[in-house]
Amino acid sequence: MITLYHYLTVSLLLFGIGLYGILTRRNAIGILMSIELVLNSVNLNLVAFSRFTTPQVLSGQVFALFVIAVAAGEAVIGLAIVLSIYRCRNTLDPEDINLMKW
Amino acid sequence: MLSSAWLIPIVPLGTFVINIFFGKRLKGASAYISILAIGFGFLYSLGILFRVFGGERLDASLPWVPLAGEMRLGVGLLIDELAAVMLLVVTSVSLMVHIYSVGYMQGDIRYSRFYAYLSLFSAAMLGLVLANSYALLFVCWELVGLTSYLLIGFWFEKKEAANAGKKAFITTKLGDIGMFIGILVLLANVGSLDFKEVFHFAEAGEMSVGLITVASLLLFCGAVGKSAQFPLHVWLPDAMEGPTPVSALIHAATMVAAGVYLVARSFPLFALSPAALEVVAAIGIITAFLAASIALVQNDIKRILAYSTISQLGFMMTALGVGGYTAGVFHLFTHAFFKALLFLGAGSVIHAAHINDIRQMGGLFKRMPITGWTFLLACLSISGVPPLAGFWSKDEIFLEALRTGHTVIFVIGLLTACMTAFYMFRLFFITFSGKYRGDHPIHESPWVMTLPLALLGFMAVFAGLPGSPLMGNGFHHFVHFEEGGVEPSGMVMALSILVGLVGIFLAWLLYYRQAWDPRKLIKAAPGAYRFLLNKWYFDEVYQAGVVRPVLGLSKVLAWIDLRGVDGGVNGVAWVAVLISKIKCLFDIYIVDGLVNLSGAFFMALGQVGRKVQTGLVQNYALVLLFGVVILVLAKLFLGG
Amino acid sequence: MTPYSLAFHLISFVAVVAALFVVTVRNIFHSALCLILAFFALAGLFILLEAEFVAVAQVLIYVGAITILILFGIMLTHRLTDKGVRQASEGRFISLIVVLVLGALISIVLRATRFPVSSEEVAHPAIPYLGKLLMTQYLWPFEVVSVLLLVALVGAIVIAAKDEVIRKKAGG
Repeated sequence: MITLYHYLTVSLLLFGIGLYGILTRRNAIGILMSIELVLNSVNLNLVAFSRFTTPQVLSGQVFALFVIAVAAGEAVIGLAIVLSIYRCRNTLDPEDINLMKW
Repeated sequence: MLSSAWLIPIVPLGTFVINIFFGKRLKGASAYISILAIGFGFLYSLGILFRVFGGERLDASLPWVPLAGEMRLGVGLLIDELAAVMLLVVTSVSLMVHIYSVGYMQGDIRYSRFYAYLSLFSAAMLGLVLANSYALLFVCWELVGLTSYLLIGFWFEKKEAANAGKKAFITTKLGDIGMFIGILVLLANVGSLDFKEVFHFAEAGEMSVGLITVASLLLFCGAVGKSAQFPLHVWLPDAMEGPTPVSALIHAATMVAAGVYLVARSFPLFALSPAALEVVAAIGIITAFLAASIALVQNDIKRILAYSTISQLGFMMTALGVGGYTAGVFHLFTHAFFKALLFLGAGSVIHAAHINDIRQMGGLFKRMPITGWTFLLACLSISGVPPLAGFWSKDEIFLEALRTGHTVIFVIGLLTACMTAFYMFRLFFITFSGKYRGDHPIHESPWVMTLPLALLGFMAVFAGLPGSPLMGNGFHHFVHFEEGGVEPSGMVMALSILVGLVGIFLAWLLYYRQAWDPRKLIKAAPGAYRFLLNKWYFDEVYQAGVVRPVLGLSKVLAWIDLRGVDGGVNGVAWVAVLISKIKCLFDIYIVDGLVNLSGAFFMALGQVGRKVQTGLVQNYALVLLFGVVILVLAKLFLGG
Repeated sequence: MTPYSLAFHLISFVAVVAALFVVTVRNIFHSALCLILAFFALAGLFILLEAEFVAVAQVLIYVGAITILILFGIMLTHRLTDKGVRQASEGRFISLIVVLVLGALISIVLRATRFPVSSEEVAHPAIPYLGKLLMTQYLWPFEVVSVLLLVALVGAIVIAAKDEVIRKKAGG
């Protein structure tokens, strides 16, 4: 039987992997990709909860749709910023972008 | 008249004060003030003498210092025969010297001060002879010693003079210590220091003979110092550094006689202790012989006279020691005149020849007749040639010595008299006869100097007559102690004349006729000659045995004081500096350190803290996550 | 093993593995491609959860738009001489620890929580129902999201445009 917990586990795994990616990728776009991964895990979480706890009320799915939309918008802005940075610094390595260093 | 006799010392005292404060302004007049004062004293003394002749006496005192219990010190006058005679001697000689100094000290820059000191001395000496208690006597005694010091060192720019003053003061002070202890002994036992009381007490048998001996001998210490007896005689020759009038007054006629006077005045005490008298006589005769032997070979005119004085003082002491009260006082009386004359005459010679060494003189008789004649008279007098004064008093002493069985003293005395005659005429012949060996124009001294010489010459000739059988031994009946006649002895007279003439003859042979060369004599016994020339090496012995140890001790004490006191002060300062240094260190390192530490701490904190700002987004994200973990853990485990 | 669970496990496996590749491969292109795979797997999971509309939306938007966007971004910023995306050594380790710890904590919490699972049937058909919800209950968020997308659009243009273009536009 596939229970809620199975889905939650998957979601957690994806979330963790995405988090690890945010913290360690040395390419800005890689970080963006990891962020998408995290958002996706959240979507999975929402939909799973909607399916298992309130199958009649589909608020979870609506929420997931909104998340997708917002994620899209955020990806757009993020990439615009990344491009802008690339033009200035000619690098996408977060390690090299440290103007705020002490 | 007698009761106002205190004026005699007071008037010169006033003169002293005036001359000290106003001397600079008075200049020459200061001398006349002093002369007037002492002249007044002389006349008054004559008056007193006549009154005492007539039988008047005085012993009056005022209470002065009350001591513990019943004791008190008094100040007062005692006028008896002895005092009257002494007054006359002191005032007359002092007057002669005052007049003489007008000429001798002329031109000296401290002229008025000289007269001030002379006045002070006269006042003190007169007070001494008028005192009726040991208390007042001691005060005047010390005062006389002070003026002696001042006058010896009058020309203090000269090192020898300054040193001589010091030597005189210290040496006599040594004697004075003994005297002071003696006075204290008397005070402790008798309860008073008035002569009357003390003698009464002693004669009543209230004091044991031993105690009397001790007191007498202690008093005698003072006399030994003041009268330059052996062994404290060493200061008198050096005191010749002072001006010659000073030598005449103080160190011939009066001050040095104070010791003799003291013994004479204390005779009631001494008479009760035969042991003390023997000591006095022994020291006297030793002194007389010793000094005469040294005088034989000296070449400084004043030194010869100084040793002569010591020798004659020895005679006086001997006289008193063998019990010849009258003889001693009589010799003091005559000696004052001819010794003063000798000194003033020497002063006249020095004034003319500008030198003291008799070897540089000679042939002065023709050019300085008055000086020469008076000097000759004095030499004859001191050599004991009759009928001059010195003969009678010396003869008296020999009589007394023989009468009391002191044969040894008699013999030594005769020998010394022979030596006295020899060295006096040696002095006379070398100085006044023969050819002049110096290079200075010689002329007789002014009348202010020769007049006193003449007057004293008169006294030197005739002053002995009152004590001679020719005038019925008037002096003895006047000044005596208990009844005690003295029959003149022809043998003694003959002997004393003989030894005197022998001495004169020998001197005449060697120094006038030049029969033998004295230098050959010297070569024959060089060791003896040097011994005598160097004054029996007394000074050297004292220097090594007394002066050096005392100086050494004082150096040690000074070193201790310097190190101790300075060390202490420096130590305190060093400690204070050390403390302040420590405090400074404390302030710098600890206080500042704390301040700096706190600053540094926060700086370090900042340095560490700023590392958090890596500028890397992923690091910030990590920290965020870390925070979330913490929060979750907190929520989980702390509940709520 | 029911087909359902088999499918679930298979698709989950793919999703997780794909995700792992996304965060670890050096080549950014490959990373993007794995991302596409992950998205597809996720869509499969949505279908298993009977959320078809969401699955389709996922594919359309994520795979169709976002990943294309990302690929464009990669192509615009890729340099042939780029070195590999080697992470910083310390950062890697710490991050792993922290993530693992967080994961552990969350799983503990999840295990401890009893979710009120209901055994009702899912609403059929879903789409009209979703439409009704969007237009009634969630109308406001719906409108705001559209405005948001507009803003994102404009903003992206402004940010990514070349400087002289902006100046020209502002000046002219």
